Amino acid sequence: MTEFLFNWLVNVPAFAVPFALAALGLILSERAGVLNLGAEGFMLAGALAGIGVTINGGPPLAALAGAMLAGMAMGLVFAFLTASLRINHVIAGLALVFFADALTRYIASYAGWTNQAIKGLEPIFLGQDLVVWATPLICLGCVLLLNRTRFGLALRAVGENPAAADAAGIDVTTMRILAILLGTALIGLAGGYLTVAVSKIWTGSVVGGRGWIAIALVIFARWHPWRAVLGAILFGCIEALIPRIAATGADVPRYFLQMPPYLATLAVMIWSATRSSGGGAQPAALGLHHIREDRD
Amino acid sequence: MMPNALRLRNVSKSFGTFKALDNVDFSVRAGEVHALLGENGAGKSTLMNIACGLYAPDEGHVEVDGEAVSMSDARDAANKGIGMVHQHFKLVPAFTVLENIVLFNPGRQAAEIASQAQDLAGKMGFDLDLSRRTGSLGIAEQQRLEILKVLVAGARFVILDEPTAVLSDQEARALMTIIRGLAASGSAVIMVTHKLHEALGHSDRITVMRGGKRIAETSPGEMDAAKLTTLIVGEQIVETPAPSAVIGKTRVRLSSVRVPGRSGRKGLEGIDFRVRGGEIYGVAGVAGNGQNELADVLMGTAEQTGGSIEFEGHGDISTLPPGGRRKAGFAAIPVDRYRHGLAGRRSVAENYAVNGVLSGSYGGWLRFNRGQARKQTQKAIQAFDVQGVRGTGMRAGLLSGGNAQKLVIAREFETMPEVVLAHSPSRGLDVRAGAAVHERLRAARDSGAAVILISEDLDEIFLLSDRIGVLSGGRMVAEFEAPANRNDVGKAMISHE
Repeated sequence: MTEFLFNWLVNVPAFAVPFALAALGLILSERAGVLNLGAEGFMLAGALAGIGVTINGGPPLAALAGAMLAGMAMGLVFAFLTASLRINHVIAGLALVFFADALTRYIASYAGWTNQAIKGLEPIFLGQDLVVWATPLICLGCVLLLNRTRFGLALRAVGENPAAADAAGIDVTTMRILAILLGTALIGLAGGYLTVAVSKIWTGSVVGGRGWIAIALVIFARWHPWRAVLGAILFGCIEALIPRIAATGADVPRYFLQMPPYLATLAVMIWSATRSSGGGAQPAALGLHHIREDRD
Repeated sequence: MMPNALRLRNVSKSFGTFKALDNVDFSVRAGEVHALLGENGAGKSTLMNIACGLYAPDEGHVEVDGEAVSMSDARDAANKGIGMVHQHFKLVPAFTVLENIVLFNPGRQAAEIASQAQDLAGKMGFDLDLSRRTGSLGIAEQQRLEILKVLVAGARFVILDEPTAVLSDQEARALMTIIRGLAASGSAVIMVTHKLHEALGHSDRITVMRGGKRIAETSPGEMDAAKLTTLIVGEQIVETPAPSAVIGKTRVRLSSVRVPGRSGRKGLEGIDFRVRGGEIYGVAGVAGNGQNELADVLMGTAEQTGGSIEFEGHGDISTLPPGGRRKAGFAAIPVDRYRHGLAGRRSVAENYAVNGVLSGSYGGWLRFNRGQARKQTQKAIQAFDVQGVRGTGMRAGLLSGGNAQKLVIAREFETMPEVVLAHSPSRGLDVRAGAAVHERLRAARDSGAAVILISEDLDEIFLLSDRIGVLSGGRMVAEFEAPANRNDVGKAMISHE
């Protein structure tokens, strides 16, 4: 039993980190009022970039940097669609997910990166790798950025009341583009971590819906970074349980075993929805465009 | 002569084919309060949005202290010493008071801003807690925060857009004292308004605009209310109270009606009043004291948790859904005509016909007789003087405020209603359109309907009401027979809390 617990807990961080980083990235863009449903796509881009860099001889840290850049590249497309062209955020996000899904599969098979195992990121301390240790710092960085800097103040103003931000001389479009790029860098990193540190192999389904779960996590965390990390740990615990249960040899169908994270997501969403103050924390201008020369 | 401190020279601005400003000249000097008067759509707000850098003029330019300046946003304007307090406050409710001020004053230390804000607030007699959440402030306090915000940014020219539109009489008077104080301390104040007494009583100069043009620049000493009205609307429109001749028996009676509060706001905490046929019952009160909840509960769109609504001949209709109430003779003119009164993206004909469709005037459940609907709409447009309709297929959202309201009324009064609920029916309308709306309400009353008028505009309440109830903190705290004393009503409005 102790062994079971140990094996379980030691694996939690690796499962929690992608959720945490993706949720933090989502929070950064959503606090600026950009409804980001593209997380799954940005993670896919990061995941593939991580594999690509590694297979081409890059060290793990370069692979993770590549993942961030890939996320940002995809983020730039998303920013162009939403902030510049003012396309509906939901549609732009969904379209990007499907686009990224097809594009990553195509690139992977074209370049022959599929099913090539890599060495990947090694633990550095207490059996955990660098990114695990960096994640709390990244969260702290997000908190400080949002709450203690003028940039964060402007970012939140754009997400709460773009007209007020505009009147205060803040360029709403630029601000949203920056928020999207920062956010997608983290989401890309989350995807890169999945391939470089966890699976250490590319398959088209490596992200496996974690981007969607991260979106639910953000709502659960009410757009607050620390709560998002706590939620990520909770989901990490649930996900880390799956291989442990499988390892005990229990006779449970594989698909049932893989269900708990999604069931937990559903439970979390229902719980969030039933709380009366549930919508109170949502950035007031989430998903809304701001056009100045609109007469009101 | 002193140089003009802020001047807009020969400015023109168009939105699409609509010419909002046509070669307008406007100036304000340090130490004066300059009232900018005009009806809705006269171009006041557009002019001021140019002055504060939000809009770029098509022609003409802005001068500060005799020098032409170009501004591309509010930041530039603030650097030139121009600060605007918008009618719809540009505040972030989720931020603290201090955060809102800091947001507007980039490049400076928060601590320095805080001490300057406290200092300025003290001088103007504001009691403002910098760490409070802005959303929890009252409207008057939020407005003071807006003024403070632009002053901290170093504004020498303070533009106030319809500053008293959201205030009670008492709060408005306090604001006028503040405005006077600003001018006395050397600021130039522009006060955009459509209330004559504010311009006459509290300004040094008055500029009147109509149809995008400057009609006159004058001073309060040379003007009286009648002359100003003529300048503003181009003709004389004076509405006078016309009390009801025949008041019938009670048609609607609310007893202890309760509605739970939502998102931090108070709901209704036991409302009692009755409305008789042939009378207009005015519900006065400062915004946010239960007006929306009262309107919703009357139309059946609020969650009623207690009490009863008796409707003569139908018993308690508390559980009757909105459709049932309409069938029973209820009609409503909702507060936000573009959101709840009309479907802006649908055609004028569809918006008009939707009532008749439900009652089967345009065919059965499977068929919609478009031709019939268009014909009826055409008739109604004529009868109710809805102007600016290029065709019945035009989108309703393109109608101006007054005409949109007339379309709502045309639909609601299509079959003579027995109970009319009108919520701020003339808000945002110019004098003429407002008078037309009031005429319709009086006509409904005279034909025996029970009319409930919820309005935050005391002028409107006094003009129309046969009886006045005062709503405060979710309760009806006082009731007056017309003619009532305006001061007493005003006191009752702010008596609780």
